[in-house]
Amino acid sequence: MTSRPWLLSGPALTLFGVLLLVPLAMTFVLSFNSFDFYEGIIPTASFANYAEVLGDGYFWEIFGRTFAIAAATTAICALIGVPQALILYRLSPAWRSLVVLIVIGPLLISVVVRTLGWAILLGNRGVINTALMDWGLIERPFRMMYTSGGIVLALVHVFVPFMVLAVWAALQRKDPATEAAAESLGASSFTIFRRIVLPQAMPGILSGSLIVFSMAASAFATPAILGGRRVKVVATTVYDEFLNTLNWPLGAAIAMLLLISVMAVMLAWNRLVERRFGEGLQ
Amino acid sequence: MNRNGAFSKAFNILFCAFMLAPIVVVLGVSFTPEGFLEFPPSGISLRWYEAILDNPDFIQAAWISLQLAFAAATVATLLAIPAALAIGQSRFRGRDALQAIFLSPLMVPTVVLGIAFLRFLSLFGLNGTFAGLTACHAIIITPFILRLVLAAVTGLDMSAARAAESLGAGRWTVFRRITLPAILPGVVGGWVLAFITSFDELTVTVFIVNPSTTTLPVRMFSHITQTTDPLVASVSSVTVIFSLALMILVDRLYGLDRLLIGEGKKA
Repeated sequence: MTSRPWLLSGPALTLFGVLLLVPLAMTFVLSFNSFDFYEGIIPTASFANYAEVLGDGYFWEIFGRTFAIAAATTAICALIGVPQALILYRLSPAWRSLVVLIVIGPLLISVVVRTLGWAILLGNRGVINTALMDWGLIERPFRMMYTSGGIVLALVHVFVPFMVLAVWAALQRKDPATEAAAESLGASSFTIFRRIVLPQAMPGILSGSLIVFSMAASAFATPAILGGRRVKVVATTVYDEFLNTLNWPLGAAIAMLLLISVMAVMLAWNRLVERRFGEGLQ
Repeated sequence: MNRNGAFSKAFNILFCAFMLAPIVVVLGVSFTPEGFLEFPPSGISLRWYEAILDNPDFIQAAWISLQLAFAAATVATLLAIPAALAIGQSRFRGRDALQAIFLSPLMVPTVVLGIAFLRFLSLFGLNGTFAGLTACHAIIITPFILRLVLAAVTGLDMSAARAAESLGAGRWTVFRRITLPAILPGVVGGWVLAFITSFDELTVTVFIVNPSTTTLPVRMFSHITQTTDPLVASVSSVTVIFSLALMILVDRLYGLDRLLIGEGKKA
């Protein structure tokens, strides 16, 4: 009887063991190997790749930019996603299903397509610049392509549905009677928001932030298309090391550092939430 | 009942406009008669839709993506159903660890998964093969199915299954006649979500394809990074319409919010 669960999950566990855990372990080992332009990957065991990354200001800049982009994306997603979730929660059912389709539907559309849309909007001769120049608001195009700001804008579009969903789910678990009680006791709508709604939405905001941050820190398609070679992030740097420079060990070390730093941020965030709310995020 | 004030209504409209803007722009550009990306288009032309037909590599890539998404979603569903039954219906040592392993592809940065698969597959000469792609995609999309099936299994009323068992039904019969019909909405919802996720996957796939197994997102990505003609906009529009149709179907069958709200529990 006790072996039945393992029998049932055996096939999936085998696939995950062979094709997920083993490759991840191999990548970890790879990051300690060295690379020679003529001989390829040499099975050494040294921290040389890590020393190279950590000792080079160029890589610090890339990591710094990546985490700054992820943090800005998360903050903006919270800033606009929380009010939108609240609005969604208050909409009548008929309007709600339409707005849900508009807000959450883009999740089911390829990131490549959505980023292409932003490239058309943000270019120097793009929709936004052309409109602003036609209206006489600016004289020369305002550069948005190949900037961190442009990447953040597009990433907010890509990830804000996750924030709305997380906050909305939290709002659905809250007790509507508390709001009515506060109102009947004469609380202003701002007080109700600050003292009743926000605390109950907080678990959703915190878990939504965690999702958005971890995905934004490892986003690839959007920074690759909107940032090109000029604004590199960690994911595009790893891509270049693997498929252009072919220095796999160095690329593996960069990827491992990304994995470790994202995990560290997630654990620290979860610890913070645990201390604040007495329970971690599920 | 709409309890939103004027400010909220304005915010809602702006937010929806923000969400729609890039998609509308892509749809608009695809109808341009010109040879460059212009919006709003100066006329309406199907020139760039006809151009798709002259580009067999896009059609081949779309075909590969469809086959891959179908195969990966099916494999992942077949693996996830028993795993969800094991995790959802019994308490045993290692249960939490098992669940953590099956959900782990969501926690690991996709680019790390991509190079790990590349390293593994290239050692065995499987890089770029359809089988290799299917297995890797199955791993990436298993968490999506597992969560939905798990939610269905956890909410299951066990009394019917116990009644059937006490009347002498075998385990397979119980599963086929009682459990499966009860969790079917979760299974179908999970399969669709997995299909879409696989169909749109880029970051992992870009590492493990070769020219003969290039998927549609990879093909589109390399096209965008090399040239800027409206061809990719018309291809994108076709996929948007495909997604839209699927989305409306899912919304009717299962509820879009129900399908995706599990995302909130991702962390």
